[in-house]
Amino acid sequence: MKKDVNINVHHLTRVEGHGNILVDVKKGKIEECTWQVPESPRFFEAMIRGRHYTEVARITSRICGICSIGHTLASVKATESACGIEITEQVKKLRTILKHAENFDSHVLHVGVLVAPDLLGAPSVFPLVASHGPVVACVLRLKRLGHEWGSVLAGRTTHPTTVIPGGFSKMLTKKDLVDLKEKILASVDDINTLVATVASLAPNIPAFDRPTEYVAVSSDDEYGLYDGLIQTTMPDGKKERFSVADYKLVTNEYVSPNSTAKYAKHNMDSYAAGALARFNNNREQLHPEAKKIAEALGMTSLVTNPYLNSAAQVIECVHSVYDSLRLIDELVADPDYDPHQELVKPTRFGNGSSAVEVPRGILFHEYTYDKEGMCIGGNCIIPTNQNHGNIQLDFDKLVPEMLEADKSEEEMTLALEMLVRAYDPCISCSAHYLDVRFKK
Amino acid sequence: MGKPKVGFFDFSSCEGCQIELTNYGDADFLELLNHIEIVEFREAMSEKADHLDIACIEGSFTRESERKRLEDIRARADVVISFGACASTGGINALKNHQSDFKEYVYGKDADSPHLQSNLKALPVEAAIKVDYKVLGCPMDKYEFLNIVSSLLHGKTPYIPDYPVCVECKRRETICRFDLGDHCLGMVARAGCGAPCPADGIPCEACRGFVTNPNEDSLEKVLIDHGMPEERARTKSRMFTNTMRSDA
Repeated sequence: MKKDVNINVHHLTRVEGHGNILVDVKKGKIEECTWQVPESPRFFEAMIRGRHYTEVARITSRICGICSIGHTLASVKATESACGIEITEQVKKLRTILKHAENFDSHVLHVGVLVAPDLLGAPSVFPLVASHGPVVACVLRLKRLGHEWGSVLAGRTTHPTTVIPGGFSKMLTKKDLVDLKEKILASVDDINTLVATVASLAPNIPAFDRPTEYVAVSSDDEYGLYDGLIQTTMPDGKKERFSVADYKLVTNEYVSPNSTAKYAKHNMDSYAAGALARFNNNREQLHPEAKKIAEALGMTSLVTNPYLNSAAQVIECVHSVYDSLRLIDELVADPDYDPHQELVKPTRFGNGSSAVEVPRGILFHEYTYDKEGMCIGGNCIIPTNQNHGNIQLDFDKLVPEMLEADKSEEEMTLALEMLVRAYDPCISCSAHYLDVRFKK
Repeated sequence: MGKPKVGFFDFSSCEGCQIELTNYGDADFLELLNHIEIVEFREAMSEKADHLDIACIEGSFTRESERKRLEDIRARADVVISFGACASTGGINALKNHQSDFKEYVYGKDADSPHLQSNLKALPVEAAIKVDYKVLGCPMDKYEFLNIVSSLLHGKTPYIPDYPVCVECKRRETICRFDLGDHCLGMVARAGCGAPCPADGIPCEACRGFVTNPNEDSLEKVLIDHGMPEERARTKSRMFTNTMRSDA
């Protein structure tokens, strides 16, 4: 039992951005156990100063390649709030369908390409092309669906073109909406295959529990994604809501010596954001088809195993499919639907903030504009940052448990890598990084 | 000869150009894998390679500590491609290059922490190592990338246009942003993307950088003549070309 363990994963693979895992155990005593984020900082909040309100979303979308739709939506929402712009119900519905597209696209990539190799004992998706060809092809088809679903609404999925303050620069016709619906419906078999594959691999998901605080967008009207208030759920199920403008009361950011990304905490020493946090806050509002999958995966109440974030992502994929079909039907049935609807113009310039659920969790943007509509300051709080502190506390519980169970260094490394991957960190966003080092 | 071994590497960036690789869909992506072997790609796989026929580097060079990693990639690779705007021109990361207080603005009292050390400027990869070819754009155009790879596989020099985006708008009959009361940088922006932005109803922001010898003074004058305040017109092209402007 009194063994030495040295894990040193420099630039963890199969995550977006760069992170390191460092574990140093001497004679059974943990000397070091850290999650480090050395991504090079990029200073977006400084960059947007002096830029016009119409340009800001095009800059901040570049924070992240995977969630650039989410950053664009959060950015235009904050700008609209700062400029007194009330978007139309039609635009809100189209943006919600776009939000679904991004979450679906990103979740498919994460579960099918980045996590699946761990569950199948492969180093990457590439050898799976030979060993599990039909499943890989299914994942790639679903990935293409997510991309096309987002592109038709946003112009493109990496750094969208059409989503601008006041509405869309180009909007779908009813025919485009019907085509999109048919495309989604044609993929239902593939979605069922993905769900069945993940369900069959679920026994390979590690058992580990650490109750924490869960923060997500929440709304009385729907499963919170594009719009709503901020809600936190404590391990005992107690919920509390905050207005979006008060987001700093929840995030309480601080600089950690282990990270170029800032950390966050609220009631507890850390909190979780992401698909599992959304599930724990809002699972009653999932589409019935998604609830069925949750039941089949045994996820019927508050879930405290962070590895199950990937399972929550699969449940959300199903929700996004069926909720989008519902929204498309509503738009197509609306006699007043107008693809040439004009942009809503600013009525003032000041300060505004927003919260949007991106694939990895709750995202906040805030901007202040001068009377000419030029940006004089901003703040972006990224979900992965909000998770860094929680990952560290998971490490602090998991490493002693694995030492107690006499796990090998190799088993421990894999478990820690899989844990970080389960959070689907987007370290480009949070500054950018992942790397496991077991020091000897 | 076996399939060329290709590696992907990332520095300061959003990694969106690598994400674009996942957007080919099943048919095109599996076809690409018939012609190249991806041997190193941290975002998708755990393995590392000793020798590379082609190294694609995404992201800007922003920290002196990254120079060694870049030199190591250069030493292992026969051909180095800067992959996307951040690597090719500094991209969006360079939008802070003219500022001196960005670190204090973002990190406040913690700005001097040693682990937050960063070069003052975000630079293209070629500021540190020799680059053989550039894939431009934010994000890069995934089909242009296929063309470049295909050219290299056939022993040809990839063709990258050096005319302005306006040419491509005319070609696809997109109404000029100026005629719609908007502004645009298309007249000085390097084409090759097919001008998707004006077609989608937004101005070109020159994400592929300038054409050779852009007339910056004339750009500023045109913007002012179309109603843009002088200060905004003067700084307008910084978003993606801050390292290429005459005041860089």
